[in-house]
Amino acid sequence: MTVFQTWDMDFALEHLPELLDAFVQFTLVATVLGSILAAVLGLLFAIIRRVRVPVLAPVVTVIVEFVRSTPIPIQLFFVFYGFPTIPGIGFNISAMTAGVLVLGVHYACYYAEVYRAGIESVPKGQWEACTALSIAPRYQWQRVVLPQAIRNVLPSLGNYVISMFKETPFLYVIGVTEMVTVAVTQIGGDAFRYTEVVTLAGLIFLAASYPAAVAMRKLEMRLGHA
Amino acid sequence: MQDLQFGAWVDDFLAGLWVTVYVTVLAAVAAVVVAFVLGIAVRTRHIVPRTIARIIIELFRGTSLLVQLFWFFYVLPEFGFRFDPLAVAVFAFGLNFGAYGAEVVRGAINAVPTAQWEGSIALNLTPAQRMRRVILPQSIPLMIPPFNNLLIQLLKSTPLIFLIFLNDLTFYSDQYRNSVGNENFIFPLLLVIYFVLSYTFTLFMHVLEARANTRLGRPVERRRIFKYRGPQEEEAVKV
Amino acid sequence: MATPETTTAYETTGARASGEPMIRFEEVLKKFGDLTVLENLDFDVAPGERVTLIGPSGSGKTTILRLLMTLETLTGGHIWVDGEPLWHMPKGDKLVPANEKYLRQVRKKIGMVFQQFNLFPNMTVLENVTEAPIRVLGKSRDEANEKGKELLERVGLEAKYEAHPSQLSGGQQQRVAIARALAMEPRVLLLDEVTAALDPELVAGVLNLLREIAETTDITMLIVTHEMHFARDVSHKVMMFDHGQVVEHGPPDKIFTDPDHDRTKAFLHAVIEER
Repeated sequence: MTVFQTWDMDFALEHLPELLDAFVQFTLVATVLGSILAAVLGLLFAIIRRVRVPVLAPVVTVIVEFVRSTPIPIQLFFVFYGFPTIPGIGFNISAMTAGVLVLGVHYACYYAEVYRAGIESVPKGQWEACTALSIAPRYQWQRVVLPQAIRNVLPSLGNYVISMFKETPFLYVIGVTEMVTVAVTQIGGDAFRYTEVVTLAGLIFLAASYPAAVAMRKLEMRLGHA
Repeated sequence: MQDLQFGAWVDDFLAGLWVTVYVTVLAAVAAVVVAFVLGIAVRTRHIVPRTIARIIIELFRGTSLLVQLFWFFYVLPEFGFRFDPLAVAVFAFGLNFGAYGAEVVRGAINAVPTAQWEGSIALNLTPAQRMRRVILPQSIPLMIPPFNNLLIQLLKSTPLIFLIFLNDLTFYSDQYRNSVGNENFIFPLLLVIYFVLSYTFTLFMHVLEARANTRLGRPVERRRIFKYRGPQEEEAVKV
Repeated sequence: MATPETTTAYETTGARASGEPMIRFEEVLKKFGDLTVLENLDFDVAPGERVTLIGPSGSGKTTILRLLMTLETLTGGHIWVDGEPLWHMPKGDKLVPANEKYLRQVRKKIGMVFQQFNLFPNMTVLENVTEAPIRVLGKSRDEANEKGKELLERVGLEAKYEAHPSQLSGGQQQRVAIARALAMEPRVLLLDEVTAALDPELVAGVLNLLREIAETTDITMLIVTHEMHFARDVSHKVMMFDHGQVVEHGPPDKIFTDPDHDRTKAFLHAVIEER
């Protein structure tokens, strides 16, 4: 059987809009919201560990190591199925909310390490200069350390956004109707035709992630030479 | 109470655990083979193997793992290639993580000092001997930490295989949830199991790393082997 | 550099007749990008002759050794080793750029000792010395081990066969590197600032070893060094380089005591001042 016999262009074109809809509504939205959550929470984790907040710092360390070493799909199951049944504090959340939460927290644990590396890359002299100028700690972070630290690790942060983007199909396991779920369970399952939609889903991922990865490499080189 | 409910499921879970470990190990072996083949191919001067390797690497790094898994499972049979789900899982995971691993191999080979190439040219070793006897033995210790990250990523991705109807740990846990409920027992337990697996694999990789370093005349303290370092931030791993 | 065609092994055309130089540079040109390092360079080295190249850094001395070891590619001209073209191979009547197979065959005659030793950290001392004889010369492991131990004994490292390079001092590493080069039984030995990376107290030992080798063998040597006493002791000829050109050459007594050129005088003055 050749590719041309197997590939039905009409079928592909007919369902492309559905795929793109799911892509924008769920895949992209989950990536954007998840990244924002990861960026904020990760920074919080990194600062807590850096200034060694009593009690919190070791707790954060344990959370970071544990979350990074366990699978996203199981974390999704736990948050989506487990959390609502916890007596007293549990309540029902939508699959998409669970997805964004899990992606955000999971990647926050990676981001925490990236920020840590970034903060360590700021020369000691910068801190000492702040002390010499009697700049309050809050402004040391806000005006001096973080802007330099984040600039240094921007490519790494960007690469993690791309990784998260490619892991959004994991939300399939709790039934979020993102693009791959739509392709396999809705369109593919109904028509018993998978070739076009699964291939298209792959191509859409490639079309979005490859230029982004190239852009990150360029950014990395530019910052490296700066 | 919970233990009683769980009792009947222990055999199933052990079977599922075996499938998870089995797929992880097979896919990891496949990924290492793919990584070395592609990683060495992208470094050659010949344009054809170099370009083919580069395309394969970008293709598998640029599309999503789950898409690849489904593609091998649903689409490949359309072209007359029908494999059982286990082979599909090993194939898809091996190629995906092999593509990431190829960048690790490439980077580690490039990290060996030029002086070592020059030394081996001065001794008139053939290009193949240079690579096999001098360069690879020195670059392998550099590869092991990023390979460990990839191995943990791979293990963390194996729950996806229940979507192509393999009965792994996740499959039995989902069954347990459906029939028994008790989500707040089964999933935390599962997370702990995966954490223990991650740690076990990491320990194993630390032993390999220590052995490779010892061979370079850089003995490693035993204490360091058992230290949990977690997956390190590594750009080559996540792109 | 390499052409895809393979050729049959090249026969020496009776070039080993007496009076034929061991090394001949003919209108050699070497550029790195736009930077010309060697231009129009001609010189001969006779078999068994020991020649020291001196001159300011950047004058192209090391590049000459690296061209001979095929670590840099030739931009123009010809280099002949033992009557055979090094960077070209004959094809019909013409000389075409050499391929890897041909290079390997000519390279057999040449050995090199590097400033930074370049020992293989993944091998023991003895393995460093026996690796190439086994892989390249096809010697049996026993034969190579016997020869390797003999050489290591000669360089004063008989107690270190199983050590790793990282466990040795710089001077010991350089002795291993010398033994490693000699194990290939080269006809030409290139010494590229072999003591420059050593702690001062280790220099004399390595130089004495090289003196001993110079006295007891007839290996042709090309030496780049800043150790002027050593150069004077071991070499038959000294060549003063500047800007990729030979400024003057002659026997060491002449060059070191009564050089003709101002540039040589200035250079020697500066080197001796430094000490």
